Amino acid sequence: MEYFVQQLINGITLGSIYGLIAIGYTMVYGIIGMINFAHGDIFMVGAFLALIAFLVLVAFGITAVPLALLIVLLVSMALTALYGWTVERIAYRPLRGSFRLAPLISAIGMSIVLQNYVQIAQGARVKPLPPLVQGGYTLFEGNNFAVRLSNIQIIVVVATVVLMAGFSYLVARTRLGRNMRACEQDLKMAALVGIDVDRTISLTFVIGAALAAVAGLMFLLYYGVVDFFIGFLAGVKAFTAAVLGGIGSLPGAMIGGILIGLIETMWSAYFSIEYKDVAAFAILIVVLIFLPTGLMGRPEVEKV
Amino acid sequence: MSDPSPAPREDEPAGARVDLLAALKEAVITAAVAFGLFALLIGVRTEQGPTGALIITTRFGPLAAFVATAFVGRFIFAMTRHRFTVPAKFLVPQAIRQAAAAFSPYLAGALLVFALVVPVVFYGNSYLLDLAIQIVTYIMLGFGLNIVVGLAGLLDLGYVAFYAVGAYSYALIAQDFGLSFWVCLPLAGILAAFAGLLLGFPVLRLRGDYLAIVTLGFGEIIRLVLLNWQNLTGGPNGISGIPRPSFFGLPFTASENGFAATFGLNYSPTHRFVFLYYIILALALLTNWVTLRLRRLPIGRAWEALREDEIACRALGINTTTTKLTAFALGAMFGGFAGAFFATRLSFISPESFSFTESALVLAIVVLGGMGSQLGVVLAATVMFSGFEFFRQFDQYRMLVFGAAMVAIILYRPRGLVSTRKASISLHRRREIPTDAVDRTQSLGPA
Repeated sequence: MEYFVQQLINGITLGSIYGLIAIGYTMVYGIIGMINFAHGDIFMVGAFLALIAFLVLVAFGITAVPLALLIVLLVSMALTALYGWTVERIAYRPLRGSFRLAPLISAIGMSIVLQNYVQIAQGARVKPLPPLVQGGYTLFEGNNFAVRLSNIQIIVVVATVVLMAGFSYLVARTRLGRNMRACEQDLKMAALVGIDVDRTISLTFVIGAALAAVAGLMFLLYYGVVDFFIGFLAGVKAFTAAVLGGIGSLPGAMIGGILIGLIETMWSAYFSIEYKDVAAFAILIVVLIFLPTGLMGRPEVEKV
Repeated sequence: MSDPSPAPREDEPAGARVDLLAALKEAVITAAVAFGLFALLIGVRTEQGPTGALIITTRFGPLAAFVATAFVGRFIFAMTRHRFTVPAKFLVPQAIRQAAAAFSPYLAGALLVFALVVPVVFYGNSYLLDLAIQIVTYIMLGFGLNIVVGLAGLLDLGYVAFYAVGAYSYALIAQDFGLSFWVCLPLAGILAAFAGLLLGFPVLRLRGDYLAIVTLGFGEIIRLVLLNWQNLTGGPNGISGIPRPSFFGLPFTASENGFAATFGLNYSPTHRFVFLYYIILALALLTNWVTLRLRRLPIGRAWEALREDEIACRALGINTTTTKLTAFALGAMFGGFAGAFFATRLSFISPESFSFTESALVLAIVVLGGMGSQLGVVLAATVMFSGFEFFRQFDQYRMLVFGAAMVAIILYRPRGLVSTRKASISLHRRREIPTDAVDRTQSLGPA
């Protein structure tokens, strides 16, 4: 029981990170119907930017952890958003209205570029960071097993909840959110009623990348290491989460993320750690067979 | 966030006075963006210090170079942009285009003759022969994937799984049962085809991008199983000492009953390269021939119909289940053949050779070549791997350039290199038409 609760906590933390990345996938897919394959690598870039920003701050003598974290968060969000914007501007926008596979190929190319760019610029070895946020609480003990909730887990989950709330507000209540929803329903009609479609799509990429940067920072804090290849697996799992939750649906992305996190953690805890990724993919396939639209997605009606 | 690149003003007559101030402004914004992008990742280098903690060093030189390049590049672009509004067709002289058009019907034949004489021409150069073998392997994979993606329109991001199944099937059967390459080859193909069916069944109802992500997951599952099933596949260490193919029982060794001794030749390791080259060339040509023939059969036409419109297909009474499954199984079978060949060529395989990058590479060959075009596959594979070799001396930049080239080609020619398509069947005269006219599966969005 204690072991289970511990795994539950770990799973939700990991799932929150996946959920934050999944939002980027689900929004972009919802609006322009493409898998932004480079999004996982944007997440990786975010993690690297956070790492470097932190080291630079330390070099300048800013070591108060809360202040440093806040600055790192803002810097990495801003710069990663710039990456998201640039990728969209260079690789996707010229292909809008082109045939279906073109943006996907372009995205795969962009993903390769980002991975190798970071590998060349920062080296292929893993980058360790000493734990910044330490300590935690022991919730309860029993059977010689203490269930612990670390501070970093609290930070990850709270940050995710706050961002989700803010983002849901943005989509539901603001002008930008309304534009985004309009674009999601019909790009051409949205353009006809005077919405700047290009700008809306750009901002979608910017917001998605900023959320991925937060996920990157959380990943860095939680695991303490990053390397240039973390984006691929995290990206695929986050996309799985988005599909599981129902693509295009924001709460779906979050729920899907947490489910994937839980499945992965539980699987490693109770079955085998080697096959945890297999479990995530197998679940994806099973879900798509029985629930092709995901948990909260709208059925796609095709008109002839 | 403002857009630094207003659309080119087309109402301006060419050669109008260039707005120096606007160009400068554009360049400054671009430089600022470049600075934002590169400041931390290029300008600061992190290395592990002697204590294991990360230490940082600054690299202001390269950073300045990047920003300056962005500034100058954008400035020149902004100043000369109006010159680029000339349609591309005027850039290439009429005569050259006419010559190219006259030559194009013979291109496939010329390439075939060239492929047949490659081992003769480059006999002394085993490096080039090895490269040629590699290129033809990827051409074969491209042909196989072209059935699934190009003809049936099913986007498969996990094609490397079948390549892996073929390779491991051959390696395990040949090692454990001592069967020869020629017996194992069909077996590997059949096993890969079964893997194709295994993947095909669950994804029958999925379309488009969902299909893509499930096939990607399938590819990863196969790779992870190969990586972790230690006592069967050897895990990350892979399988080594896989038997090499023999020429009707004559091994390519210096021994007395080897190929060279039997035919009274001096032993040379090149013999095996030449033999391997002709095996893979024959396999690739077989794949090509089967594909071209199948396109004329009802099943091939059903594939192409499925690609154009699945609902209309059903309305016409085409069984979409068998249509999709045959496409998956056939594509997988050819992937399996190529995999068996790969295993026998290197005599060593490990899960590392079957990562997602390989799938992306093959898909890139198919899409960059022009979906559904066999000639396009050949051209794309050749260009891509020649480029790879060209960049071998700058090894660490190779994949970066590859990714960038992929983006650049798709931006320049979204339809691929061969973007015309001959209808498989027509009433009077077979004509070539641009693929845009055929394929209506355009992505949404204001064009």
